[in-house]
Amino acid sequence: MTQGALDTVAAAASSPEVEQPWADLGLKSDEYDRIREILGRRPTSAELAMYSVMWSEHCSYKSSKVHLAQFSDSTEAMKEKLLVGIGENAGVVDIGDGWAVTFKVESHNHPSYVEPYQGAATGVGGIVRDIMSMGARPIAVMDALRFGALDHPDTLRVLPGIVAGVGGYGNCLGLPNIGGEVVFDSCYQGNPLVNALSVGKMRIEDIHLAKASGVGNKVVLFGAKTGGDGIGGVSVLASETFDADGPAKRPAVQVGDPFAEKVLIECCLDLYAAHVVDGIQDLGGAGLSCATSELASNGDGGMRVWLDRVPLRDASLRVEEILMSESQERMMAVVEPGRLEEFMAIAKRWDVEATVVGEVTDGKNLEVFWAGELVVDVPPRSVAHDGPVYNRPMQRPAYLDALQANVPDGLARPADGEGLKAALLALMASPNLCDKSWITNQYDRYVMGNTALATPDDSGVVRVDEETGRGVAISTDCNSRYAKLDPYAGAQLALAEAYRNVSTAGAVPLAISDCLNFGSPEDPGVMWQFAEAVRGIAEGCRTLGIPVTGGNVSLYNQTGEEAIHPTPVVAVLGVMDDVARRTRSGWKEPDQVIYLLGTTADEFGGSAWTQVAHDHLGGLPPRVDLDRERRLGEILVDASRDGLVGAAHDLSEGGLAVALAEASLRNGVGARILLDEVCERDGVDAFTLLFSETAGRAIVAVPGDEQVRFTDLCVARGFAHARIGVVDDEGGALDVQGQFTLPLAELRTAHTATLPAIFASR
Amino acid sequence: MRVGVVTFPGSLDDHDAQRAVRLAGGEPVALWHGDDSLRDVDAVVLPGGFSYGDYLRAGAIARFAPVMSALVPAAKGGLPVLGICNGFQILCESHLLPGAMIQNDHRTFICRDQRLRVENAATAWTSGFEQGAEITVVLKNQDGQYVADRRTLHQLEGEGRVVFRYVVEEGGRNPNGSYRDIAGITNERGNVVGLMPHPEHAVEEGYGPSLDGLTFFRSVLSSVVNA
Amino acid sequence: MGNVVVDVMLKSEILDPQGQAVAFALPRLGFHQFTDVRQGKRFVLTVEGEVTDEVLAAAREAAETMLSNPVIEDVVSVRAQSRTGHLNGVEPQA
Repeated sequence: MTQGALDTVAAAASSPEVEQPWADLGLKSDEYDRIREILGRRPTSAELAMYSVMWSEHCSYKSSKVHLAQFSDSTEAMKEKLLVGIGENAGVVDIGDGWAVTFKVESHNHPSYVEPYQGAATGVGGIVRDIMSMGARPIAVMDALRFGALDHPDTLRVLPGIVAGVGGYGNCLGLPNIGGEVVFDSCYQGNPLVNALSVGKMRIEDIHLAKASGVGNKVVLFGAKTGGDGIGGVSVLASETFDADGPAKRPAVQVGDPFAEKVLIECCLDLYAAHVVDGIQDLGGAGLSCATSELASNGDGGMRVWLDRVPLRDASLRVEEILMSESQERMMAVVEPGRLEEFMAIAKRWDVEATVVGEVTDGKNLEVFWAGELVVDVPPRSVAHDGPVYNRPMQRPAYLDALQANVPDGLARPADGEGLKAALLALMASPNLCDKSWITNQYDRYVMGNTALATPDDSGVVRVDEETGRGVAISTDCNSRYAKLDPYAGAQLALAEAYRNVSTAGAVPLAISDCLNFGSPEDPGVMWQFAEAVRGIAEGCRTLGIPVTGGNVSLYNQTGEEAIHPTPVVAVLGVMDDVARRTRSGWKEPDQVIYLLGTTADEFGGSAWTQVAHDHLGGLPPRVDLDRERRLGEILVDASRDGLVGAAHDLSEGGLAVALAEASLRNGVGARILLDEVCERDGVDAFTLLFSETAGRAIVAVPGDEQVRFTDLCVARGFAHARIGVVDDEGGALDVQGQFTLPLAELRTAHTATLPAIFASR
Repeated sequence: MRVGVVTFPGSLDDHDAQRAVRLAGGEPVALWHGDDSLRDVDAVVLPGGFSYGDYLRAGAIARFAPVMSALVPAAKGGLPVLGICNGFQILCESHLLPGAMIQNDHRTFICRDQRLRVENAATAWTSGFEQGAEITVVLKNQDGQYVADRRTLHQLEGEGRVVFRYVVEEGGRNPNGSYRDIAGITNERGNVVGLMPHPEHAVEEGYGPSLDGLTFFRSVLSSVVNA
Repeated sequence: MGNVVVDVMLKSEILDPQGQAVAFALPRLGFHQFTDVRQGKRFVLTVEGEVTDEVLAAAREAAETMLSNPVIEDVVSVRAQSRTGHLNGVEPQA
C-alpha cells in the first residue's frame, strides 16, 4: 500500500517550517511547542498523532492528575493488602490464601450516546481486557448506568441498546453480571453514563504487569486485526497533510466482537499458565500508541516497532491511523525469544493471530519503522506519563449557596397513614426505585457457577475458591443528587453506601475503585466539584482504612452549559472467608425479629421522597459519619459470619420505608412494624423515620433465639439499635402498625409495572 | 463413569457441566473441538455458550468441528449425548435432533429460573425423574425459540419424544415462544437429549434455584452402569 | 475476480421476530405503506476468475448445506454478480 509521502524523522528534522494541524488534533500551542522541545525538531505526522491522542484528556488525565495524586497518599494499614496500586491497568488486592483479586470500573459514556449498543459493548470489552492484562481470569462484571428521564424519547433510543450491548458482550464472554445500578435523572439526558466494572482472580504469583524489559525480548501483537475503528479525528492528518483525495472518513465508533475476546481470554490464560509472557498490555484507548509507549515507558529500555508487520483488516490505513486505531480485542505481550515458539503454538491452538511487531532495545526511545523508514523516535515517558498537567481554575459555583439554602423543610408532607402508604407506593414505582428485572434479566448471572449473590441484593458476591468458599463482594454506588448539593459529602456518601452494601452481605471491605463522571473541566465550577469529590474520597478512604486501587475519570459530560450532576461512582470490594455464609437482603424464615441499626434525624436534602413527591433538589445531603459507618460495617460482618442474622439490608434512597418494602418483596414475605419507640427515642415523627435518608443505618432480621448475641455486638460498639418489628410470613403485607397496611401484591404490582410499561411493548 | 464435555471456541458453561458431572459422582473428561476422538467416554455433554460467537446461526459452525465427526456416529450408535442450550442448537444443526432454534420471540436475552415438566422419564438423561415431575432449572439464552414443521411436531408428540415442556401459567406464555412450549426433545432411541435450559446450574446449594439438575447427570451415570 | 450472491430467507411459515420489529418501527418514521417486513441474509462469495456454472453449482451446494438451515430457511437465489454490480444467472429450483 502507498502512504503518500511518508513523513519520516529525517524529513521532519530537515523541514522545521512545515505547518502542522496540531490545533485540529486537539493540542494547544504550548503543548505543540513542548513536543518540539522534547524532540529537538518538529514531530513527524505520526509522532504528532501519538502525542495528540496520548496527551488528550481521556488518555493523560491532564485536568485531573493534580487532584488524583491524593489517592496515592495511603497509610501503611491501607497498603497492607494492596499488591498493585494506581498506575497499572487495574489494581490488585490480596484476599488471603494466596489469592489475588483485580477489579476496576471504567466509563464509556460518549460512545454509548453515539452508538448505544456498540458503545456499551466495547465498554465492557475494554474493562475486561484491563482485568485480563493483569494476569487474571475475569470472573464477573457489573454495570452502572445513568439515563435521562425515563419517558423521554432519547432515553427510549439509548437505553435498550445500551442494555443489549452490556448483556450481549458480557453474556457472550461468559461473565456473570452480578449487579450495578440504573439511575434516571434529567441531568443525564444528553449525556447518559455507562460505567462498566470487571473483577478477576489469580494466584498472587501469577500477577502480570505492563512493562517491557529485557533487551532482545520480542513484542508480540495478538488478537484481532487492526482496522479503522475509532480513529475519528486523526484522519485530519491524512487529508490535511497529504494528497487532496486522501482516505475517506473513517468510522469513529468501535465495533466489538465478544467471541474474539472470549477466545483471547482463554488464550491468555493458557499463555500465563505456560509462563511465556513477560509483560502484557491490552490495547484500549489510543491503541498501539498507548500500548507501545506504556510498555516501553514502564520498562527499562527502549523499544523498536515495525509497524508494517501489524496485521491489517484495511490495507489502506495510513501510518498515523494504524497507530491510533482503536480496533478491539487486541493485546500486546513481551516475550523472551526462547519462549516465542511456545507462545505462538498456544495462540495457534486458539486460532488467535499473533505477530512479532517489535523488540525491546537497549536504547532509550520508542522507535517505529514503516518499511525501513523511521517515522517515530520519541522518549516513551514523554508520551505515556509526562503529558501536560493542568492546574485548572476552580471556583465554588455561584448557584450553590442558593441551592443549599433551598432546604426541603417546607415541602408538604403526608399527613396520615394513608398518605404515608401512598408515598411509599409512589417511591417504589418511581424510576430509580422500581424493579429493574426488565434490564437485569437480559444479563446472565449464572455462568461460571460461582455467583453466590446478585442484584437486587445489596452487593454481588462471587466465589473465588471452590474448595474453601473464599470469595468477594462488590457494590457500586453513587447518589449524584447528594453530590450536586455538596460534592465532598456526596462522594463520601457514595463511598459509605458501597462500603455498607458490601458489609450487609458479610464481606470485609478491602479496597475501592472509582469512576468519576463530571462535566467540563473548563468550567471552574465543575473543576471545583471534581476537586471536592476527589478530596472526599481520598479522606474517606483514609478514615475507613481502605485504598483506592485505581479507577477512571470521564470529563466533558455536558451539553452546552448544562453539566451532569457530579457523579463520583465508587465501587467497594470486600472479602469473605466463605461465601456460603453470605447474608441476603430479604428475609424469608418466620420467627425473626427486625432491628433497625442507627439513629434517624430529619435529613431530606437530595432525598428520593423530595424528588418523587415534589421534584425538589435543595438543602444539604445527609451528614457523613465514617466512624459510624465503620462500626456498622463491623457489626454486620460479625453478625453475618456468626450466623446471627437471616437478612441484612442497608438504608439508602427512600430510607427505612423503602428498605422494609424491598426486604419484604425479595421473597414475598411481609413484616409487622411498630415505629413508636424509635420515633420517641430519636425525636422524629413517623414520616421522618420512614423516609429520611440519614446515613449509617441498616435493617436486619434476627432469629428469635439469636437476639441476645446480636444485641451484644451492637452494645459492644455503642451502636444504636432497636427492635422495630417481626417478619410475618402469613399476613402477606407490610404492616406499619398505627399507620398503614400495604399488601405485598399491591406493592409488587406498583414496583414491577414501571419499566415494562415503557420498554416491553415495543 | 467418564462423561466427556466438549469445549468449542466460545463454549461457556463447559466448566459448569464438568462440575455437575463431578457432583453427580462421575468423572468429567474435557474434549477438545479440534480432536476427532471421544477418548472412550461413556457419555458426552455439549455445553451451553456461544460457540463461534453464534456466527451464521447458533451451532452452525460448531457442527462441522472434528469432534463432531466422531460424535455423530457414536450418537447414532447409542452413546448418551446431552445438548444443553448451544449444545441443543448444535444437535439440531447436526440433524441428530429435528427442528431448529430461532431468536426469542420477545427479541431480548432472558435469564431466569424456569419451571419445566418432565414428560419423558425414559431417556438416558431423565430416567431418575418421575414422569410428570416439575423441576426448576436455569434458562438463559438469546435464541431459544424451538420451531419445527407440523409433521415433525406431530411425530415428536406422537412418539412421546418431547422430554421437557415449559410450565406456563394460566393465560401466560412460555419464555421464548417455543412451539408447543417445547423445552427439550429426544431422538427415537432416547439416548440423545437436547434442551434449552441449563441443568448444570441447578446442582449446588446456593448457586442455583434447586438441585434438580443433578438428576440429569445421575440418570446417565446409572444408565451407563445398567447398559 | 467474481462474486456469487446468495440470498437466504426464513421459511414463510416461521415467525420472524426481527422482521416484525422492523415492521412495527417503520410507521413511527412515517412509512405507512408497508404491511409486512421479513428479514433475511445475503452472502457474497468471491472467486478468483469468472463465475462459471460450476462455481454457481458449488455456491448452491454451500448455500444448501451450510449457509442456510433447511429446517427453517430457504435459499431464495444464487446469482452471479458482474463487475458492474448487476446480478444475473440461474435461480435454483424451488
